[in-house]
Amino acid sequence: MIPEIGHFLLWLAMGVSLALGVVPMWGAARGRNDFMVLARPLSYGLFVLISLASVCLMFSFVTNDFSVLYVASNSNTHLPLLYQIAGFWGGHEGSLLLWVQMLVVWMIAVALFSRHLPIEVLSRILAVMGLVTVGFLLFMLLTSNPFDRLFPTPLDGRDLNPLLQDPGMAFHPPTLYMGYVGFCVAFSFAIAALIGGNLDATWARWTRPWTTVAWMFLTVGIAMGSWWAYYELGWGGWWFWDPVENASLMPWFLGTALIHSLAVTEKRGSFKNWTVLLAILAFSFSLLGTFLVRSGVLSSVHAFATDPRRGLFILAFLTIVIGASFTLFAWRAPKVGLGARFALFSKETALLSNNVLFMVATAVVLLGTLYPLLLDALGMGKISVGPPYFDAVFLPLMVPTIFLMGVGPLARWKETSVPDLASRLKWAAGVTVVCAVLTGWLAGSIKLLSTVGLLMAYWIFSAVATDLWERVRPDGKGFAEIRRKAGLMPRALVGMMVAHIGVAMFCLGVTMVNTYQMERDVKMNVGDNTTVNGYVFTFKGVQDAKGPNYDATVGGVDVTRNGKLVVELKPEKRVYRIQQNPMTEAAIAPGLTGDLYVSLGEEVEGGAWIIRVYVKPFIMWVWGGCLVMAFGGFLAVTDRRYRRKTGVAV
Amino acid sequence: MKTRNKRLAIAGGVVLVIAAAAALILNAFQSNLVFFFSPTQIESKEAPVNRTFRLGGLVVAGSVKRTGVAVDFMVTDTAKSVPVHFEGILPDLFKEGKGVVAQGKLQDGVFVAKEVLAKHDENYMPPEAAEALKNAAISNQKTAASVVTSK
Repeated sequence: MIPEIGHFLLWLAMGVSLALGVVPMWGAARGRNDFMVLARPLSYGLFVLISLASVCLMFSFVTNDFSVLYVASNSNTHLPLLYQIAGFWGGHEGSLLLWVQMLVVWMIAVALFSRHLPIEVLSRILAVMGLVTVGFLLFMLLTSNPFDRLFPTPLDGRDLNPLLQDPGMAFHPPTLYMGYVGFCVAFSFAIAALIGGNLDATWARWTRPWTTVAWMFLTVGIAMGSWWAYYELGWGGWWFWDPVENASLMPWFLGTALIHSLAVTEKRGSFKNWTVLLAILAFSFSLLGTFLVRSGVLSSVHAFATDPRRGLFILAFLTIVIGASFTLFAWRAPKVGLGARFALFSKETALLSNNVLFMVATAVVLLGTLYPLLLDALGMGKISVGPPYFDAVFLPLMVPTIFLMGVGPLARWKETSVPDLASRLKWAAGVTVVCAVLTGWLAGSIKLLSTVGLLMAYWIFSAVATDLWERVRPDGKGFAEIRRKAGLMPRALVGMMVAHIGVAMFCLGVTMVNTYQMERDVKMNVGDNTTVNGYVFTFKGVQDAKGPNYDATVGGVDVTRNGKLVVELKPEKRVYRIQQNPMTEAAIAPGLTGDLYVSLGEEVEGGAWIIRVYVKPFIMWVWGGCLVMAFGGFLAVTDRRYRRKTGVAV
Repeated sequence: MKTRNKRLAIAGGVVLVIAAAAALILNAFQSNLVFFFSPTQIESKEAPVNRTFRLGGLVVAGSVKRTGVAVDFMVTDTAKSVPVHFEGILPDLFKEGKGVVAQGKLQDGVFVAKEVLAKHDENYMPPEAAEALKNAAISNQKTAASVVTSK
């Protein structure tokens, strides 16, 4: 009964979203207030309907209702409760429902927190979001209904893929989707402004916090996924240039570009066209990502079962959304105007270069991801584009980006003098070189690539420090003056500095781990030891253990340094009882300056095991840096300017 | 600087960045594309020597031999098979008789793999492996047909 209710709620939601997409839009076009006021109540209704449908699916999971095909394919009576709940988005159908759920969360947030917007603008924004919802609901109902029944009802389910049975499953997909879908808000704002023809600095100020929040979620979501892959896949990497990872990285690049471009549009009124285009592109790439992941055209750990109808539907949807928005853009954009002028050397130019570089980065990823697909579709052979391609292209692209990241914040709007900039940054440059060489020397070897990476990291640190010092310089008035000036700094500015520090931490982590990591696969008998980077790893043998729904072989590895025990690691090899898949669970001792990582390979003759031993210096900084970036975003959206606007009618 | 020159300078800069990026990309592309070959293609010398490529097919049952960290096995597309050498830990779902994709170079008739991939679903067949099997099946049929007609 519950699944039928859920199914019915989805159809009901379909009707409501159609109404939301049409009625307020019509009202805004004709200036009919009675139509426009419907936008908010319809959004609330849509939110309630979709949420109830989600509750129905959740209920079917928790009560082990295996008459529902989706539950039977992704759950099992022996599955721990956390994973029964997370099983909701363990497959294609449920993750689509999660997509729509996130969309209506954003929708209701817009409806609640944008009361100060003129009614036509709000109506158009919510209507555009309603139309997007129509597309996704149609897709779900026509090709991938999570409430489809299964007859005869099996006694038990097929279980959730063992790879997904991890606490990461509870947090990574919802966070990532929240970010992905969040760009729909910026998109809807842009479309609404294009239709209404009121693109201006106010529009940019409205859009900024929404974009930043979406970007925050996306940053954290990607970092979580990367961390999860690091400890779950058992081979110690943190980024694989897997097509699905790329699918989330492209909207991130565009979102980052959008944040910077919005800053120019709000402060100076320039780049309006460009900003609108970026807002459209960021969401289009979110959709493209969904298409790549859900259609099964790509083979990757994330790809779900293939159904050509699904791929076709999303492709059609993608074409309609992108085609319609670009047509609208081409038609309306010439009216938008170019905005204020600026000199060749100015903050505007620095930010414009940032945008160009991020666009190129997106294009690089897109090419590497789609080229194999294209070649395959044309019957020109199967190829794969691997990490070497991305590595070779990304480093040269990131060097100018990072350089400008140091210069940009110190440059002045409109026009800036190059000699002045150079003299302000000379100390930063000196400190950068000294620190980079010193770090390389301390780590044991100075290599060209690692030095470039370290230079980039320290450049950002010291440029941010310079920026900060210039703003809080006491001018001989002592510490109280520093405090007073620091207190005057707007939150948004502090947020930017913090986010840039996050990038520096990320660069440092990536450089250190790529240059100085030690990896070794060794055959070990009980009692054998191996030494990696001063750590002695001693294999103590294996024991059997039982988990709630798996049998495990637990290895014991003692790590000592200078004769003192550092940590006892317990890597596992699990076999999940239902699907009988083996799974490697690495044991990791995380640390601020490096991780110790041990995973079990396979048993060989005479009780010996192949064991993988890694020392990964500073790898936590990779994800730590992402969290700091997101925290910077958080600081920026809590800026007084935005808080004052909410809740107060304009 | 005049507005006109400024515009030109900015446009020039943008073009320069894009051109540099395009050059980089094409260069990286040329040297890093990894092509796929089946055991049959390797047997008929179509696969390159001293260049990394991918090999796909089924792991021949009973062919896996471990010596310490090293492991040797045969990969077949049911028509032909190729010996593979690998050092390190095989993925969890590597099994005799199941699909596999290996990336590496051909050295003296042995495929020395740098990476062995098997996907995380017992019923999942890597598309490259599936393709190799399909092609071999077609050519098997053709040979069978030609044998029949020549009689």
